[in-house]
Amino acid sequence: MSTVVLLAVTGLGLAALYFLVASGLSLIFGLMGVLNFAHGAFLTIGAYGTWWAAGNLPGAGASGWGFVLAVVFGVGVGTLVAALVELALIRPLYERHIEQVLVTVGLSLAMVALVRAIWGADPRPFPAPEWAKDTTSLLGASVPNDRFLLVGSAVVVLLAVLAFLRFTRFGLVIRAGVENRSMVTALGIDVRRAFTLVFAIGGAFAALAGALGGVYLGSISPGQGTSLLIFAFIVVVIGGMSSITGAAVAAVLVGLVQQFANYYAASGVGDLSVVLLLAVVLLTRPGGLTARVA
Amino acid sequence: MSRNLTRLAPLAVLVVLAVLPFSTLRIPGLFDGVLNSPGTLQLLALCLVFGGVALSYDLLFGFTGLLSFGHALYFAAGTYVANLALTELGWGLGAALALTTAVGIVLPLLVGGVALRVSGIAFSMVTLATAQVGSIVVLRDPGGLTGGEEGLALDRGNVPDAFVGVLNTVNVYWLALAYLAVVYVVVAWVTGSRAGRVWQAIRENERRVEVLGLRPYDFKLVVFVLAGLLAALGGVVHLLLLGGSTPRTTTADFTLGLLVMVVLGGAGSRWGAVLGGVLYTYLDSRLTDLASSPAVQDLPAWLRVPLSEPLFLLGSLFVLVVFFVPGGIAGVVARLRERRAGRRPPAPTGGETPPPGRVVEQLRETAARGAGAGAGPRDGV
Repeated sequence: MSTVVLLAVTGLGLAALYFLVASGLSLIFGLMGVLNFAHGAFLTIGAYGTWWAAGNLPGAGASGWGFVLAVVFGVGVGTLVAALVELALIRPLYERHIEQVLVTVGLSLAMVALVRAIWGADPRPFPAPEWAKDTTSLLGASVPNDRFLLVGSAVVVLLAVLAFLRFTRFGLVIRAGVENRSMVTALGIDVRRAFTLVFAIGGAFAALAGALGGVYLGSISPGQGTSLLIFAFIVVVIGGMSSITGAAVAAVLVGLVQQFANYYAASGVGDLSVVLLLAVVLLTRPGGLTARVA
Repeated sequence: MSRNLTRLAPLAVLVVLAVLPFSTLRIPGLFDGVLNSPGTLQLLALCLVFGGVALSYDLLFGFTGLLSFGHALYFAAGTYVANLALTELGWGLGAALALTTAVGIVLPLLVGGVALRVSGIAFSMVTLATAQVGSIVVLRDPGGLTGGEEGLALDRGNVPDAFVGVLNTVNVYWLALAYLAVVYVVVAWVTGSRAGRVWQAIRENERRVEVLGLRPYDFKLVVFVLAGLLAALGGVVHLLLLGGSTPRTTTADFTLGLLVMVVLGGAGSRWGAVLGGVLYTYLDSRLTDLASSPAVQDLPAWLRVPLSEPLFLLGSLFVLVVFFVPGGIAGVVARLRERRAGRRPPAPTGGETPPPGRVVEQLRETAARGAGAGAGPRDGV
């Protein structure tokens, strides 16, 4: 029983990471039709930003409010980079989707390589507050606290995004833009401002995922973002490409399947079964879980 | 007359490349040693192999409009299967090649059979995910077979002596050249055939092909398998050239590298893709050497750090090409040729083949359509 609880909570923690990356991806894809390969680089930047701040920024540190400040700094850097990328590189290629994808591919290669050039290819130990390393007893299982941190952050982000989309004017524009972009433009609303906003939000979530992933894994390395990104892509596709709630459901599904199969079958089987899950979903419901059946 | 010249150009290049190992020319700056030194031949052979593999990817992306993110899987399957057959099973090169060919057909047939059920971005994702499976399997090192992160060294006992040893690098070079020539001829032949025209029609407008009564699925599956097979054979040559298999060839970054090569050279152009593959491989190798050279090491930190990562430079170069040189090298050449001939660029009429290298521009409409539908179910299905 305690093993099941531990596996379930760990799976949910992993799902939280996937969701943080996938939510930004599906917002961007839904509104702009761009599959953002640079998202993994935003994650890496957020992780290294937090790590750098914890060591160098005055007031920031590895524990308490210092750690919060470090994470805020990392997320801020990630947001800024994402917004700049949209303004400088994605916007000029407006409506040219293949070229936009190609640019994000080039960016993902270049940005990760730059991080590697500056801080080296070897993993760096990541600072984490003491309490995150402790365990809490839950239904007889000792669960490391960082899992709760991950799940809690993801739930907060999910609720915040849903509220933002539901109750604000920008949220309304984004929702309408996902449904029918040209109609929104025809009504005299500049969707492109929403593009930058969505990219910045996505970058912020990815950077947060980078910082939390560092806590979860205990170390960061430049290639981390790319490997997480592939599973995030799978989550986005299973979730139905442009739906936030779909991404959340798919993330939970993928995280749990991966954890349980990796434990009960053999290491690596979990990753394989996720791909199998993707194939099954695509063959039975080609539009993903949330696709409206015509 | 100029048409005949264009036809003969690949043959002339082939002859020059074939006799190149007899030259003791020294090209300072471009290569370290004389042209027929083993080091230079090794680098050239690597360039030729990747020219061929890039062309096999162009068959998918440039000619048929299938944006696969899993081409690395077939290349890696080629090098690992051949390596296992030679090293673990102790087979001869011929038998290993036969096994690799079989795997190179069956594997893309299985993956393509599933992946091609969906189109657009979803297709890209399924290929990406399946390739990731290959990468995971290789890294997990099941039963100590694949060597995990270390890679797998080739047991040269079963390789013909002609391909073993530094002195025989020239033979491997000729093998790489033969591989590239075979890929080029095959691609030239199939893209000129009826099936090739259907592939290009699928790239332009898949719905229209359906309306004409053809099944795009079958045609796409054939091109997917063919491209996979050509990549797998490239993996075998790569194996003989490097004397081992490395897990680097299984990663998504490897496929992205192929994509960069094709776009750099010009998607939808045969010689463009080959040139892109050769250039990318050459730059990757030379920039790595440059990074460790004293000329770079003595630079101030803000210059030295970016220059020490070839991938940073190549990635940035790629972004610049996408922005300022649409159509890659082949596109530039096509435009120059038009200007010299004093013609206006032909108006983009529906049925015509786009000039080589302009395929990306053509593709974006398709992508927009695929993206808008979210690769969703077709109407009424």
